[in-house]
Amino acid sequence: MSVETYTPQAFHRQAHDALGSPQIRSNFRKAMDGLMSKRRDVFSDWDLEALRELGANIRLRALARLPELLERLEANCEASGIKVHWAEDGEEACRIIRELCEARGAKSVIKGKSMVSEEMHLNAHLEAAGIEALESDLGEYLVQLNEQTPSHIIMPAIHLNTDEISTIMHDKTGLARTRDVDVMTAAARAQLRERFMSADIGISGVNFAVAETGTLCLVENEGNGRMTTTVPPVHIAVTGIEKVVEHLRDVPPLYALLTRSATGQHVTTYFNMISSPRKRGEHDGPEEVHLVLVDNGRSSIYQDDELLDTLRCIRCGACMNHCPVYTRVGGHTYGTTYPGPIGSILMPHMLGLEQTKDLPTASSLCGACGEVCPVKIPIPDLLVRLRREAVGEGRGNVPGAGVKRTKKEVAAWKGWQWLATHPSAWRGGTAIVGKLQALTPSKLGPWTECRTAPRPAKRSLHALVKRHQAGKDKSDAEKSAANHVIKKGKDEEERS
Amino acid sequence: MTPVKLYPPKPEKVYFFGTCLVDLFYPEAGLDGIRLLEREGIEVIFPEDQTCCGQPAYTSGYQQEARAVAVAQLGLFPESWPIIVPSGSCGGMMRVHYPQLFAGTEHERRATEVAGRIYELTEFLIHVCHLALEDRGGPEKVAMHTSCSARREMGLADTGPALLAKLGQVELVEQVRATECCGFGGTFAVRHPEVSAAMVDDKTRAIEAAGASRFVTSDCGCLMNIDGRFSHQKKGIEGEHIASYLWRRTS
Amino acid sequence: MSARDAILKRLRERTDGALNAPDSDFSVVTGRGWSIGERLERFERLITSVHGEVIHTTHDNWTVDLAELLHAKGVHRLALGREHPVAAEARSALDARDVVLLDADRDIESWQQEQFESTDAGLTSTRGAIAETGSLWLWPTPDEPRLISLVPPIHIAVLDADTIEDTFFDVIEAHGWADGMPTNALLVSGPSKTADIEQTLAYGVHGPRELVVLVRHAEERK
Repeated sequence: MSVETYTPQAFHRQAHDALGSPQIRSNFRKAMDGLMSKRRDVFSDWDLEALRELGANIRLRALARLPELLERLEANCEASGIKVHWAEDGEEACRIIRELCEARGAKSVIKGKSMVSEEMHLNAHLEAAGIEALESDLGEYLVQLNEQTPSHIIMPAIHLNTDEISTIMHDKTGLARTRDVDVMTAAARAQLRERFMSADIGISGVNFAVAETGTLCLVENEGNGRMTTTVPPVHIAVTGIEKVVEHLRDVPPLYALLTRSATGQHVTTYFNMISSPRKRGEHDGPEEVHLVLVDNGRSSIYQDDELLDTLRCIRCGACMNHCPVYTRVGGHTYGTTYPGPIGSILMPHMLGLEQTKDLPTASSLCGACGEVCPVKIPIPDLLVRLRREAVGEGRGNVPGAGVKRTKKEVAAWKGWQWLATHPSAWRGGTAIVGKLQALTPSKLGPWTECRTAPRPAKRSLHALVKRHQAGKDKSDAEKSAANHVIKKGKDEEERS
Repeated sequence: MTPVKLYPPKPEKVYFFGTCLVDLFYPEAGLDGIRLLEREGIEVIFPEDQTCCGQPAYTSGYQQEARAVAVAQLGLFPESWPIIVPSGSCGGMMRVHYPQLFAGTEHERRATEVAGRIYELTEFLIHVCHLALEDRGGPEKVAMHTSCSARREMGLADTGPALLAKLGQVELVEQVRATECCGFGGTFAVRHPEVSAAMVDDKTRAIEAAGASRFVTSDCGCLMNIDGRFSHQKKGIEGEHIASYLWRRTS
Repeated sequence: MSARDAILKRLRERTDGALNAPDSDFSVVTGRGWSIGERLERFERLITSVHGEVIHTTHDNWTVDLAELLHAKGVHRLALGREHPVAAEARSALDARDVVLLDADRDIESWQQEQFESTDAGLTSTRGAIAETGSLWLWPTPDEPRLISLVPPIHIAVLDADTIEDTFFDVIEAHGWADGMPTNALLVSGPSKTADIEQTLAYGVHGPRELVVLVRHAEERK
């Protein structure tokens, strides 16, 4: 199987391919339908609005005090023996981690799930340095075996169905073909247990980093996160600088929101809170724990009051689960580490609008993402903001701002503006359009590939209201009711 | 999400903001909306200089152009009467986004004041007019598509169905994924036509599978999209604006 | 300038100015007011809904139930602590002819292979439980280290019924977690599981396939 590469520049082509794949369509539809209904059920006995309000409020408070909290987190971690590192970008974070590996003479790394490590392409970096990095989350493991990237931030292998996974397990690990999920899971358990025991270093992400106590919280179901952070002699946690929260008491509401929003679970199997390396007298756990804090564009997002909301995200994936676009095109189509609505408001900051200009428009602004976001990020508003930045009408503080501004489009909008601010010209225009109704094209580019073209009415509302006010439409009204169906049928005939 | 609105008693006069899509493509829907209001004894003022709320430019990122057009609308409603909009999407633009669009400008106060008087038509008919309807039509199975803006931006998931429930002979059928977007999204349908097409195809399948012989919506963008898909397939399932449907069955 | 200083400087010199930190109202995650009976019912309902097993027993009789459980599950090699009363009572009650007791209070390096490959079950105490989510809370110790609740295929946890509290928030507050966190604090809610293969649930992907909770009551339940 060849390495599949997806890029945000190729969004349209990738969307075309995904839409044409019955496999992709049905895998995602089925999975997203299930996730939406589970989420709805699990929140049914909650005051969801109050909980979301609290979640948003906790995240906003953390951001409001971000520099101070990062320093407290660092001080409290260091006091209990967790070494803290800072990285400006993914490259620097990769270098820090590689050097930590080299200092230990590490040859093999086992990884718990970490989207930040995906964001910085850590595996490729380590492998180039001769260090093997193996994913241990089952979904990540399968995706890695298949030489792909995750298609969902919580369920990385959601684009694959049982048969496809059976083939991957067969081709890559020699497992006899089976559709039995328990057999496949047991095989992966056996394969990965060997690697946990022999790994030199475990690398994980962090869901919440608590400043008050210097605690790293990891949310998971499988136990691979606990394995990764307990079995190897060194644990390196890597996370974005925005993941910090102020107090330990801030954690329960966010955890409650995260699991319910992500997978509709009232709780995950494990909530793993790490506050120090193995202490004297303790018998297991890593001797060294490192925390790598990665900026990678986050401090730039932080500068702007409106964009700031992006950083409230707790990476639950509910926005993609509820996105009608994501559901149809799947995660790989976006060509970015974070797909779906959150990706479309986050990735432009990381990659620049030159590469990601099609992402903010890949939304009908239906608002489903914002409606379910557990920390109330106004995702549709942020999509519009990035559209503004892309056409050069924002604040210019997103990389690649203005890249989509073309003379042709500006002229079109200026023309529209002129017409819509000159009422008599508008009325004249709509009247003319109505008179020329019969000449309207029945083909309107892609619109009419699956729909008939809308046809301007003979008389505009402005004209109808005039007649109405003059009392001339009394008979029209009666006719209109009776003729509705007939008239419509005739229209169809005339046009075809 | 807008907070719960406190509804005023039925006023003597209202303004009617028809929206550009209604003006150009579905003027009957606008007129039927006006007729429904007039039948409730309300005088309807239609400011002649109205054009467009500015939304197409706004959602495309053309903020200055949107603002210029929106400013022109702000001056059309000098008296304190409610402003009725037969579209959740344009209503949402005016109620929710006008204050944002003009934040920090000289027009902020007026924009906020106008926003506070915006009512979507079905909302106004239910919550302010407490509309009573006498159904004169025959038995019919109808599906309702509530636009995403009406549902989520204006919080009006229930007003359309509540109006249909007042029609004795009409059975409102349940579609799967009723809350899902039809794929219109203004310029989205133009910029991402294939994704939009997949969405509207699913929407029409859902309406058809629900056994509806007709669908109604409170937004002409959705109407143009869904009806365009049905008529392209020659399905014989027809769509119309809910204002026309209500007027037709009760006049 | 170091990356640290550069990042902190950018955050401090924020373009749009300093932000206001709001106060938080936590009432939505506390104040459930459940009775002991409601807590127990809820805990059991939720933990069994995610494949955990619950066995009700008493303080006097629990080791008999433990022995039966081990027999029923075919556990021949059990890892457990030594000092905690749960471990101490289990050690004195279990017959070495039926079950080999493996000392958990050893450096993992000396018995990793044994723990991974030939330990049938791990027995641990718990500090308490959370009714709202059906979760156990554990603070592993040198006596009962982190991995015995994770590596063996069965985890047997002993919970006293009167230590179940309403919510996670309540536990953190009531027990002053913020005043001093242990090396590792854990919530455990069921056995290890995954749904990564087409949303189909499978248990024991990395951690235990089974979680059995022995809930100890003061008296026999009617």
